[in-house]
Amino acid sequence: MLSKRIIPCLDVRDGKTTKGIKFKENIDIGDPVEMARFYYEEGADEIVFYDITASSDRRDIMIDVVRRVAETIFIPFSVGGGIRTIQDMRSVLLAGAEKVSVNSGAVENPGIISQGALAFGSQCIVLGMDVKKVKKSKEIPSGYEIVIHGGRKNTGIDALYWAKKAEELGAGEICLNSIDADGTKEGYELILTSLISDNVNIPVIASGGAGSIEHIYEALVNARADAALIASVVHYETFSIRNIKEELNSRGVKVRRVW
Amino acid sequence: MISIIDYEAGNLKSVERALKKLGFACIITQNKEEINRSERIIFPGVGAAGKAIADLRRLGLDNVLIKAFEEGKPILGICLGAQIILEKSEENLTKCLGLIPGEVRLFPRPLFSSDKERLKIPHMGWNGIEIIKRHPVLNGVGPDDEFYFVHSYYVKPASDEYLIGVTEYGIEFCSIIGYRNLIAVQFHLEKSGSPGLRILKNFCKWDGTYNA
Repeated sequence: MLSKRIIPCLDVRDGKTTKGIKFKENIDIGDPVEMARFYYEEGADEIVFYDITASSDRRDIMIDVVRRVAETIFIPFSVGGGIRTIQDMRSVLLAGAEKVSVNSGAVENPGIISQGALAFGSQCIVLGMDVKKVKKSKEIPSGYEIVIHGGRKNTGIDALYWAKKAEELGAGEICLNSIDADGTKEGYELILTSLISDNVNIPVIASGGAGSIEHIYEALVNARADAALIASVVHYETFSIRNIKEELNSRGVKVRRVW
Repeated sequence: MISIIDYEAGNLKSVERALKKLGFACIITQNKEEINRSERIIFPGVGAAGKAIADLRRLGLDNVLIKAFEEGKPILGICLGAQIILEKSEENLTKCLGLIPGEVRLFPRPLFSSDKERLKIPHMGWNGIEIIKRHPVLNGVGPDDEFYFVHSYYVKPASDEYLIGVTEYGIEFCSIIGYRNLIAVQFHLEKSGSPGLRILKNFCKWDGTYNA
């Protein structure tokens, strides 16, 4: 049986990990390569890098990070943030990422999903969706709207429509982030997660809101997500990936326990 | 020297990086002489069977592989490289290399787990293997080891004789297939953490003999 995946997410700006990430061990906490090695050894099933570098002319720094990560860890990892063109995708994949994730760039130009899938295969193309709960309307029948630019801009696009559209265009996976739950530590947006997971035939990664192992259990079991993205709970060592997996396993969730 | 066959299918660099990490010299190549001279061959691949076979033929590498197989050189197929060694594939209705009798099939849809959960296709993520027959390349692989899979098609050998390992995803399918000096895995060894690297290392030391 397929295991549910636990995926730590690292934000990287100008080649350095952001947020005050705390570690007891002897690790340069600003170095994304060392952080990736740490989580690889801790049993992460995959790692997500999100490049939040503001200026696009500093993009080469991230490509160098990707290259060094690829030499260090031997599990899949994806890179997102500022991906706008097929060339952006190609540089990330050639540098050694398994997958590339596209978010605002796909809203502005949905064709990039199909072009990317055609050029590199669907399994490489992850659609990142930032979603906000809104009043149900004719335009937004699900009551969940796609937002872009870190949640600052509404798009008028229904989240369920967009998920299905992206699958049709050739996305291989969806990383579903609830803007409302993000950073609250009060749990994933379960209604949204199950709505999307039940209505597409590609894997869905739940994102935003993890504060406890119970929250991760709910997203994977109750809301049927295929994977859970985690950030501050592991960065601040609230618990470790091993803790998460042991508890999920004891509650009957299939996870990878040997690495 | 290990040749990683370059037939323009997918990212070969990740296999190269894994070998480098393990300390084995390798080369990504489509040069026939170079492949003929190498001590062992890795045959990876991501993409569609139809295009892969067409590219192999265009580059004249199909015959190079067949010759290496007949000479007893150790060969490792990975992912698509484990599929196109059979006789034919349902993907693009492709006639394949035929090194092992059998065919490649699409996962049935809809697909359900034993507890009636709807399963998505492709089969993507970490899954276990059950070893059916001992094989030198699988030395040290433990019962709880998992490997990273990404595929919509699976191999169906004509005889259980070729079945080395199986995996369960709605159905039980062959995830490790082997015949003489040829061993092939459906999962990505180069992306499966230390259990994957262990198999890769075993392959790099294997002399190619196998008695089922």
